[in-house]
Amino acid sequence: MARDDDSGLRDEFLAEAQEIVEALSRDLLVLDQAEKEGTTSAEQINDLFRSVHTLKGIAGMFGHPTIGAIAHSLEDLLDQLRLEKVALTAEVLDVLFEGVEHFQRLLQSEEESEAGIDLDAFAQRIGQSLGVQDGGATEDPLRALGLEEAMLSVLTEYEEHRLRANVEQGVTIFRVGLRLPLLSIDESLESLKEKLRSLAEIITYLPSMDGGDAEHIELVVLIASTSDKEVLEAAIPFEGTSVEEVNRRDGGPMSLGPVEEPQTTDLTDLIAAAEAAPSSLTHAPPSAAQLSGANQADPLSVRSVSNTVRVEIDKLDHLMNVVGELAIIRSAIFRISERFRSESAMRELSIELHRINRGFERNLLELQNGILDVRMVPLGQVFDKLARIVRQAAREHGKEVRLVVSGKDTEVDKLIVEELSDPLMHIIRNAIDHGIEPPKQRDMAGKKPTGTLALSAYQRGKHVVIEVEDDGGGIDHEAILRVGIERGVITRDAAAELSREEIYNLIFTAGFSTKSSVSDLSGRGVGMDVVKTNIARLGGIIDVDSEPGIGTKFTITLPVTLAMISALLVRVAGREFAIPITSVREALVFEESEIRMVEAREMLTLRGSSLPLCRLREFFGIADAPPPERQFVVVAEIGSRRVGFLVDELDGQQDIVIKSFGPSLQKVKGFAGATDLGDQRVALVIDVPSLVEESGMQMDRARLWAGGGV
Amino acid sequence: MRILIVEDSNAMRAFVRAALEEGLEAEVNEAASGFEALRILPRERFDLAIVDVNMPDINGLELVAFMRKSEAHRGTKILMISTEAASADRERGLSLGANDYLSKPFTAEALRAKVAELVSKTGKGDASGKDEGGLSDGSG
Repeated sequence: MARDDDSGLRDEFLAEAQEIVEALSRDLLVLDQAEKEGTTSAEQINDLFRSVHTLKGIAGMFGHPTIGAIAHSLEDLLDQLRLEKVALTAEVLDVLFEGVEHFQRLLQSEEESEAGIDLDAFAQRIGQSLGVQDGGATEDPLRALGLEEAMLSVLTEYEEHRLRANVEQGVTIFRVGLRLPLLSIDESLESLKEKLRSLAEIITYLPSMDGGDAEHIELVVLIASTSDKEVLEAAIPFEGTSVEEVNRRDGGPMSLGPVEEPQTTDLTDLIAAAEAAPSSLTHAPPSAAQLSGANQADPLSVRSVSNTVRVEIDKLDHLMNVVGELAIIRSAIFRISERFRSESAMRELSIELHRINRGFERNLLELQNGILDVRMVPLGQVFDKLARIVRQAAREHGKEVRLVVSGKDTEVDKLIVEELSDPLMHIIRNAIDHGIEPPKQRDMAGKKPTGTLALSAYQRGKHVVIEVEDDGGGIDHEAILRVGIERGVITRDAAAELSREEIYNLIFTAGFSTKSSVSDLSGRGVGMDVVKTNIARLGGIIDVDSEPGIGTKFTITLPVTLAMISALLVRVAGREFAIPITSVREALVFEESEIRMVEAREMLTLRGSSLPLCRLREFFGIADAPPPERQFVVVAEIGSRRVGFLVDELDGQQDIVIKSFGPSLQKVKGFAGATDLGDQRVALVIDVPSLVEESGMQMDRARLWAGGGV
Repeated sequence: MRILIVEDSNAMRAFVRAALEEGLEAEVNEAASGFEALRILPRERFDLAIVDVNMPDINGLELVAFMRKSEAHRGTKILMISTEAASADRERGLSLGANDYLSKPFTAEALRAKVAELVSKTGKGDASGKDEGGLSDGSG
């Protein structure tokens, strides 16, 4: 619609729309909970209404008619809910949730038409939810209210609606007079809203021009409450507050008595006063000097008070690349200072250079951490979305599910959070669809009819662990084996040798599951290979464990960030490789004699347990030079799986920025990308999860053979 | 030309800023809420205030009334923006002293045209607004 199809503006729209939709989603979940507990409030509906209203407004401006249309119909529905012409039921909530789903899908598609939304069907459901429109021939109750025309005239239709609805319900209207410092008004208002949340509905705030000074503002707040004046007075946390009941004209409880500061609470007087003394803005017309002085004293004046900025992740990536370049410069300076050190004439200079470089390094590290920190967002963002999925899936399948969330504040790189929603959604849908039993069945099994789904996250070192655990029927490993053999994922002979963990991990194998196999094993496996691939793409790994009759637990282990990592540099056949340090457990000197062959695979015994050996020279096909006499094993670990990489040399640790390959090299296996080490040296970054995978299937078997415990 | 845009939506403010900075080379100042506007207004002078009617806390109408009572802003032109449905709000705004309104959604051209029209009218007297009001966004 807007012809200025500037992409910055578009991003601005998307960011705000996304924010609104996320808030809607959160608020709906709260409302859903409140509906179950019978504690819904007008304010909750109002917040939703306002969000939808804003979304409608910007959708129109930025050419998103479908979002606009859906927002419009939701607005109608919410309006009816507000006015209590429609009762809030689970069905109405469903429609509201559906609307939010649509928004989400629309925001994710390039073109609205691509989202495949049946607007008519949605409109119909909205129509079913909407109550009969009120004839409304009765006398306007606002007329009976002792509010001045001047005050009524500045209410928006919406606020007037609210006022009317409250009056109709017999709720008392109060006028609250406040005098607040302008600079901290946001905090004051937050505190006011918080205190009044359970006591009253705030209809509007009216600024007065009288009283106070340039630093203060006097406000009249119109609120509706069933509490007493004294209770309200006690609840409002500001000195000099006046609370006054607005009477009905038809002989209400009392007449307009004098209030502490009548000039601040009676807008008619205010206006009269303002007209009599036109300079009432600051009591005296401010001089130019005063004005400029005020400007200097208050640098906030024209700037936004909001103290957050939105940053595109690309910009942070760019900064991170710059940090990478700086790290290279730092290494170069370090080398120079080392070279000087050996020359006695330059020794002092070398020490000085070294000292400066240390300072540089410290600051660089801080810069790097700062940028990484900006990229971090709490997992709560994705957990909130999942809570909605849980609710929806449970309703669809007639299950009763209680979601228990912990570790919402655990922070992960923004990109990881984005990419996590789909896999987690998949796991959760499966858990509800097939894991948690219907209430009756649970009852018969001696379980509580309401199933529990626990979603938890915590940080472990430089990894974040996310667990999804249900107390459903679990997965019978016999059934997995049967299906695995049936589908040709594994041979009967190989199956006989699988460990318990390996059997469960079969469900992540491509081709393991089809829809029909699902019901056979009460279970999991619908597209689990895709889940695993998605997690692996983030440098993570997924494991599953289950106990038939007790439940199933998925554990996802992910790196905290994707942007910059510490890596162990190793050399193989003259080439340099980087292994992310987060997955390096230890490095040791290689002893040929410690190798044992297990099923034609080389295994190393390390302190009683075994791990597969991966000879990088052979694996990458670079056996052009003979290996040196002394080689090293780098033990890498992801989740509970380990592998030993055989390398020629250890070249120390360095912070690197991984640059992913272009599309043409996307399919190269075993590498996460490349990195610039400076000096025109480039190292390939080893993709530890994929190599661990590669050696994974054999590992457990080896453990059994070696008789070692986990 | 100094313009103040009072609007709680970031996207809308960005839209207005882009439209006016580009086409009219106006100096656009932003307030993200009615309160922020109240902080700014006593210290600054503007040729035009663009005010969203439906904002949380202090609404646009209250701001219009406030400005018209203030000597400093009695002559400032006020352009309201509202949704197409809120005709009663628009009427109220005009009677409180706003000069004109635009209904969302509007184009950048329509906004520029409306702003240019308002600012070129230099009748600095009592801005009752009625004389200029009433035209919708079709004028762009």
